[in-house]
Amino acid sequence: MPATFMEGNEAIARGALAAGCRFFAGYPITPATTIFQTMLALLPPAGGVCLQGEDEIASIGFCLGASMAGFKAMTATSGPGISLYSEQISFAIGSEIPVVIVDVQRLGPSTGSATRGADGDIQFLRWGNSGGLPVIVLAPVDVRDCFELTMRAFNLAESYRCPVFIASNKEIGMTRESVSLNALPRPAVIDRKAFSGTDRFLPFAADATRKVPGFLPIGGDIPVRQTSSTHGPDGYITTDPDEIAAVQTRLDQKLKASIRRFSYWAQYGPDTAETLIITYGISGRAAKSALARCHRAGAKSVALLVLKTLWPVPADLICNKSANANRILVVEMNLGQYVREIRRLLPDRQVEFIGQMNGRLIHPETIERAVCHG
Amino acid sequence: MDSLINRSRPPVFCPGCTHERVVHALDQTLSRMGLAANRVAIVSDIGCSGLFDTFFNTHAMHGLHGRALTYATGLKMANPGLTVIVTMGDGGLGIGGAHLLAACRRNLDLTLLVLNNFNFGMTGGQSSATTPSDALAASGFLNRLEKPLDVCRLVAAAGAPYAARCSGLDKGLAQEIERAVAFEGFAVLDIWGVCTGRYTKRNRLTPAMIRETIDSMPGGGGAIRENQRPEYAAGYAAARAALAPPQPPVEIKARFKPLVRGRHEVVLMGAAGQRIITAGEILAMAAMGAGLQATQKNEYNITVLRGPSISEVIVADAKIGYTGMETPDIILALAQEGVDRRRRSFANLPPGSLVLCAADVALPDCRAQIRRIDFKKRGIRPADRALASLAMLAASQRIVSTPMLMAALKQRFHGQVLASARKTVQRAVER
Repeated sequence: MPATFMEGNEAIARGALAAGCRFFAGYPITPATTIFQTMLALLPPAGGVCLQGEDEIASIGFCLGASMAGFKAMTATSGPGISLYSEQISFAIGSEIPVVIVDVQRLGPSTGSATRGADGDIQFLRWGNSGGLPVIVLAPVDVRDCFELTMRAFNLAESYRCPVFIASNKEIGMTRESVSLNALPRPAVIDRKAFSGTDRFLPFAADATRKVPGFLPIGGDIPVRQTSSTHGPDGYITTDPDEIAAVQTRLDQKLKASIRRFSYWAQYGPDTAETLIITYGISGRAAKSALARCHRAGAKSVALLVLKTLWPVPADLICNKSANANRILVVEMNLGQYVREIRRLLPDRQVEFIGQMNGRLIHPETIERAVCHG
Repeated sequence: MDSLINRSRPPVFCPGCTHERVVHALDQTLSRMGLAANRVAIVSDIGCSGLFDTFFNTHAMHGLHGRALTYATGLKMANPGLTVIVTMGDGGLGIGGAHLLAACRRNLDLTLLVLNNFNFGMTGGQSSATTPSDALAASGFLNRLEKPLDVCRLVAAAGAPYAARCSGLDKGLAQEIERAVAFEGFAVLDIWGVCTGRYTKRNRLTPAMIRETIDSMPGGGGAIRENQRPEYAAGYAAARAALAPPQPPVEIKARFKPLVRGRHEVVLMGAAGQRIITAGEILAMAAMGAGLQATQKNEYNITVLRGPSISEVIVADAKIGYTGMETPDIILALAQEGVDRRRRSFANLPPGSLVLCAADVALPDCRAQIRRIDFKKRGIRPADRALASLAMLAASQRIVSTPMLMAALKQRFHGQVLASARKTVQRAVER
């Protein structure tokens, strides 16, 4: 089968187009810039809009406006840009504006190293909003995942009307890989559900089971209200504690209660393994190499779980997959972030941590040594 | 046309506040222009001007402080037929300064109504970007040290095609707003008014004083001749229509039998400007021509044309896991900068590995087989060293063959560049 040689960032842009993205805005930042460049090459000729904002705040603001007009929208940046996105992310969460946000992580803190990879934003993506309500974060491992998970990110943003992050990494975004375009998984495209009732349109009225309001675009036949203020179903400011609580609980539960529907993962090695390596992102590749080394060295009772949905925490998945393991090794390209969640879920298990923040990939040998001789 | 005022949400401004007059003047404007509720979006900022969207039955979007222009831009680009009106105070103008300047330069058909009352009313009367230096504000002495901004001069300098200044207390307010809304392009209307809850409690500001000051100021008369140009969304649509469809990604078919099995690692260590990364890509494409998998991971400084440039290429007959180097088979040592950056890699090279080393590069001690190459003597420029060394590898059947390399060159380059690349390959393998 013919193959192309493509980097993760390009695959994200192509996945976005395949998912129906019609609006992109971004501000140049290494290592995410090539997403903007690819969108600029692909989107306008396809009839869409690609803008370069005056800064990151504007870029995501453009996306929120376009999304409220009914367009599927995406932006892409790295850690310093996510910092600037923060207030707009909170807006998108609280006001249920679908948007896909790509974080091609680089070594922090602060401006850090523009061309060095890390997975240092994992807790930041979850908690970097005011109010602390949940978000969805997907973590690709390779070019194929970049394409597929971007399509899934759009589907989730549209289904649940929320921001969805793709937690990429310089080591995925700017690493090229041979990949067969025809063999890429293409999940069915989902569009946001339009309001279809016969009653008066209330922009934030949601039924108890779906928990997601039907959408009408700003600019359509029926006037639509959108607001970042604490609002009731009618989109006006409310001070009623019951009404406030109902909305907050719904925003919390619409994602947490559905996590099983979008818990993406890959597992390698036996189900019954006593030792389980848990990781995500680029480290999933080193861990897979390490697993093969362990098995070759005779350590057969080792398995690997690569999480591709990080937030909300797929608790059932993690607990089920580690049911037989008495020893868990969490591998991350940071000094210990997601391991907090694993320790929280598995308090009775021995949970070890392997991580580094030096701009280099975690080497398979480091993981192998920890598994076999740790 | 009927009023678009929301009857169930009457304005809640302080008694005497100019904002309330602007609400009614805007409503008169929209009615006079015959705009239906669903053809208008009011995008409101934060503070008292941020209440505007609730007083109308139109489409509405209310977001964060200073960012109203960003949402308005997205809305308008997605739906250019919609009339988009932004209401913002002098506070939002200050915090959203970058967005204001960019909107002026862009010239998207938005109307910005600045409800300028010289202070942050809602938070207690602190000074804003337009507070006069001699005014008493809740920011103590701070505003005395700063010069207030002249909105119209600012936006004119930034390229706005329309900037007008008016008093919110004048009879002609609705007409002023109508002129701004009717303007096709980015129109800024700086509406001066009184904040009775805060500012005028400590500062004397009468309608006559406002009128007098406005009359004495230059500019602010509406359309700015030197800034007239096509509107952004129209320009965007025209530019977009003229674009050719993008080229599909290059697809490589497996035409050759692979020379290698298993996983093989090649590191190109050179300097910026030596086309190291392009050579890495060519190597990967050549291997893909034999049905192999490939990855390429690069390292370079953020400066262009200076410093080390390193490319790590892995080729394998199965899916590649770890994308870093485990045990390099081959190192192409093409410039000192690259070798110095990766000194550590040499210590663990196994005896079977190969280093192709430029004659002018000093290597650290290692157990690999070393092949010295005097590129200069062969008439190969520094920029062609990487490709020339690939040609040498191919000639000795390492990783890829010469036909695989030539096929990759043909897919990657065209015309002059291809001819010159072929010449480099030839020169590299000449005895």
